[in-house]
Amino acid sequence: MPKLTVDGIEVEVPAGATVMQACEAAGVEIPRFCYHERLSIAGNCRMCLVQVSPGPPKPQASCALPAAEGQAVLTASPMVTKARAGVMEFLLINHPLDCPICDQGGECDLQDQAMAYGKGYSRFDENKRAVTNKHMGPLIKTVMTRCIHCTRCVRFAEEVAGAEEIGALGRGETMQITSYLEQAVTSELSGNVIDLCPVGALTAKPHAFNARPWELKRTDGIDVMDAIGSNIEIQTRSGAVVRIKPRLNDDVNEEWIADTARFGADGLKERRLDRPYVQFNKVLKPASWTDAFAAIRSALEGVSGDEIAALAGPMAGLEDMVALKDLLAGLGSTSHESRLDGAALSGPRAHWRLNSTLAGLETADAVLLVGLNPRVDAPLLNTRLRKAVRKGGAQIFRIGAGEDLSYPVHELGDDLAGLAKLPHGADEAFRKAERPAILIGSRNATAPVLAAAHALVEPLGLVKDGWNGFNIVASNASQVGALEIGFVAQGLAALAENPPKILFLLGADDIDLTPFANSFIVYIGSHGDAGAQAATVILPAAAYTERPGTYVNMEGRVQRALRATFPPGDAREDWTILRALAEVLGVQLPYDTLAQLRARIGSEWPHLASEGIAPAQWEAAALSADAPAGPAKQPVSNFYQSNAILRASPTMAACVAEILEGRAPMLEAAE
Amino acid sequence: MLADSDRIFTNLYGFQPWGIDAAMQRGDWVETKALMAMGQDAIIDAIKASGLRGRGGAGFPTGMKWSFMPKEPKPGRPSFLVINADESEPGSCKDREIIRHDPHKLVEGALIAGYAMRARAAYIYIRGEYIREAETLFAAVAQAYEKGFLGLNACGSGYDFDVFVHRGAGAYICGEETAMLESLEGKKGQPRLKPPFPAGAGLYGCPTTVNNVESIAVGPTILRRGAEWFASFGRPNNLGTKLFQISGHVNRPCVVEEAMSISFRDLIETHCGGIRGGWDNLLAVIPGGSSVPLVPAHEIADAPMDFDGLKELKSGLGTAAVIVMDKSTDIVRAIARLSYFYKHESCGQCTPCREGTGWMWRVMQRLVTGDAEPHEIDLLLEVTTQVEGHTICALGDAAAWPIQGLIRHFRPEIEKRIAKRQGFVAVPHTAMAAE
Repeated sequence: MPKLTVDGIEVEVPAGATVMQACEAAGVEIPRFCYHERLSIAGNCRMCLVQVSPGPPKPQASCALPAAEGQAVLTASPMVTKARAGVMEFLLINHPLDCPICDQGGECDLQDQAMAYGKGYSRFDENKRAVTNKHMGPLIKTVMTRCIHCTRCVRFAEEVAGAEEIGALGRGETMQITSYLEQAVTSELSGNVIDLCPVGALTAKPHAFNARPWELKRTDGIDVMDAIGSNIEIQTRSGAVVRIKPRLNDDVNEEWIADTARFGADGLKERRLDRPYVQFNKVLKPASWTDAFAAIRSALEGVSGDEIAALAGPMAGLEDMVALKDLLAGLGSTSHESRLDGAALSGPRAHWRLNSTLAGLETADAVLLVGLNPRVDAPLLNTRLRKAVRKGGAQIFRIGAGEDLSYPVHELGDDLAGLAKLPHGADEAFRKAERPAILIGSRNATAPVLAAAHALVEPLGLVKDGWNGFNIVASNASQVGALEIGFVAQGLAALAENPPKILFLLGADDIDLTPFANSFIVYIGSHGDAGAQAATVILPAAAYTERPGTYVNMEGRVQRALRATFPPGDAREDWTILRALAEVLGVQLPYDTLAQLRARIGSEWPHLASEGIAPAQWEAAALSADAPAGPAKQPVSNFYQSNAILRASPTMAACVAEILEGRAPMLEAAE
Repeated sequence: MLADSDRIFTNLYGFQPWGIDAAMQRGDWVETKALMAMGQDAIIDAIKASGLRGRGGAGFPTGMKWSFMPKEPKPGRPSFLVINADESEPGSCKDREIIRHDPHKLVEGALIAGYAMRARAAYIYIRGEYIREAETLFAAVAQAYEKGFLGLNACGSGYDFDVFVHRGAGAYICGEETAMLESLEGKKGQPRLKPPFPAGAGLYGCPTTVNNVESIAVGPTILRRGAEWFASFGRPNNLGTKLFQISGHVNRPCVVEEAMSISFRDLIETHCGGIRGGWDNLLAVIPGGSSVPLVPAHEIADAPMDFDGLKELKSGLGTAAVIVMDKSTDIVRAIARLSYFYKHESCGQCTPCREGTGWMWRVMQRLVTGDAEPHEIDLLLEVTTQVEGHTICALGDAAAWPIQGLIRHFRPEIEKRIAKRQGFVAVPHTAMAAE
């Protein structure tokens, strides 16, 4: 624990801390461009220079200098002031200073620090450097003349994303950051380089020239594009979502979000259901809420409870599912299902969660992936695994074919039967491991797979004091919440064999609806996707940015999102639709406000009433089932179009075209 | 003048073959086992006692550098010796001569130095443009292996030591020690942040010492002839003999081994046949390769050519690459050309050097023709101080110093050109060779 002084303030910092961290501990701000807490230290911008004694008689880069006992750090001496002003001048001489037309304006590190440390005038009489812009795909817009060569994007791509697709070519003042061959950056996390870029060199292409940061209203939300539950900030203007950025949460998403979470939001403006529809003569016609409710009431006449069923879709909020469950209970049905991917998950809570937690997985030393493609299913889970490999030397094994995960993987074949008899090498690695973990993709969590996995808990020592290595990776944002409230019945297959007369779909689109062709389908959702096309009655509902909601992520972490905008047209929040429908159907739901609904949830499931992870006791289980066999199920859709909102998004369509299908982007005529 | 019997590099001019048989006749690889039998600490002590300072430019005491290496390398974490043969400094050409004509001095030195610092292997990083020299070096190393002087049980000493030759790709920055390590590891040659220093974590994260070719090549001879012999040359703190490389406006440019602290006048008169056009025609000298500030004629003429003597003149010995310029030189243009070199060779990693070298070169270019305002001289001087000492490696300093030297000594010349261009003062026309 070295003790040192910063501008005369004495601070004690943990061993291994840098001088910059010591300065921060002393409350002294150090300007920086290249330094970033979550990336390796580059020390190349030279903005963080401080004067340190004892030490050489020249300023030192505080980001890379270890703090040592008895150091005296000066951050405002004439030497430091001159160094900062000098570096700032150098950064600006070849910077275009085109702030008025730069999308970074208003949230630009260079702008802010130039105001604080710059000279205010230029002494540079030469021509400025111009750099050709690079093509980095449909998400990242480049204006490379603005680049200050901090290499944050290069380090992010290499260290966090694991896709070495961005690098620096050339040297000296002709050094250029590029994607090498003008290829699109294919990483699922590529959008994060936009946040990392301290200047306007890398900006969001879909967001170009849209808005200034100071015009935007910021609302805390939770992402529902995957089961990570990334903490997001929804930025809106004039009632429309303009863009989405990550919020800091070290336990969940650190400060990254996947590209779907960041760029999928433009799907909120397309294909929206903004008024109720009712089917007349096989054709959906616009209708009023009254007519729509009346149609449902007449359809329900004489239908017994066991002929009514409900399916919850991937983005449903906890409140909405509880309201739907309550409505079904009022109608005499318990046939409500959420496991649309065919998972056989049920039982104690620890049996269908990511028990190791996302942050905990970083410390795992042997990991078995079963029927899971973390790059597609949950890119931020993949970054945790990558960290476990890079920092802890974890060994990763995989059953089920899949693409490159950006770290070495021992392939154990595509046959799920491999789970029942692990090869010797894998078995050995797990028995030696201190923190072994098994991760089962929800879509492959069938009864045989689960039985085989539970049989491994004991011999491999997956569950021990302070460590639970039994993990299910939920396939969507609503799954764990649905399991928490028991939104489960006999499974989708059983329901398809015996189709109900009335079927409620709460935003459920990604299923085969042909078995339900003769059912009266009530679709409650936000987008005109597959479910709406098969519907008899459509009740327009809110999307995730348009309602306050509670979501439970794959770890079982309860998180609350706030409303950022209002639903379009006549659309309403899902639970209020169900509440009004219940009234029409003569079912009493005992809540009129969201607070009352949440109180109702809290009374039955106290652990869902507050945010955070409620501990779950591990219960050993010996399930009986056939031995697993056959190839692992692959994701139904591609990464960029895994739900109704993403399928409606033009940006995601562009990603599919260029990144997945390799079609060259359409060139725009010069304006 | 250094007696022929006191020369270390006895085949510097290639009058004899470079091969191992001729080298052994000249005394290389003779009783190397006995030298190693002195013991590792004794070798380091002898080098320390000889007063040998690094010949690559910075002049850090070589023996002390070796002593920083771990005394007992940990298993799985061997120590390495990296020999810097990436001689790219304009004006510098001594390593080239050594490798061309006396490569076994270097190879034997690598074994002795590597053994002394308990290294497992030496990597010789040779400049990409030295094609024939690299061929010679590869062959010399192969000859040494063939004779059993390298490899397992090197020279029968019981010590295992390998020498690898690695060719660079022609970037000046790879001559910086940590950039060289990056380049050896197959990465882009950009200097690393220090600390950690290479002695703690260098090549592949293992303890590493980086030495110049000449520092390594003189080692065996120092041990054979004794530290006192080596220390009998030069002034205190500047001991030994040194290869001087004199280029430019002298009658016979040459590379020559001389005692340290020889006066500039003696050096030129004895070995180079004097200044072209006589001593009155001398304008300025860059005494240590392009990175050090120039020294005007009247200051350099009788100055001792060593680390401390040239430091007093606000310049440096550097690699002892003496660039002599007579009065036909367009001194501003000469320095502007050096500025272009540094702008071209800056790796681009850190801000002051990446942006500053380009800025300095552009202003220098205008100063050549006088197309500038008088205040820009001070501006340029200030820019050099904003670069100097603010960068990761010393390339920023090297780019700044020649300009600082120019302005320090030739400011009136620059002012004259500006005034002439602006038409204020009539200056008699003089033709100037642009060299």
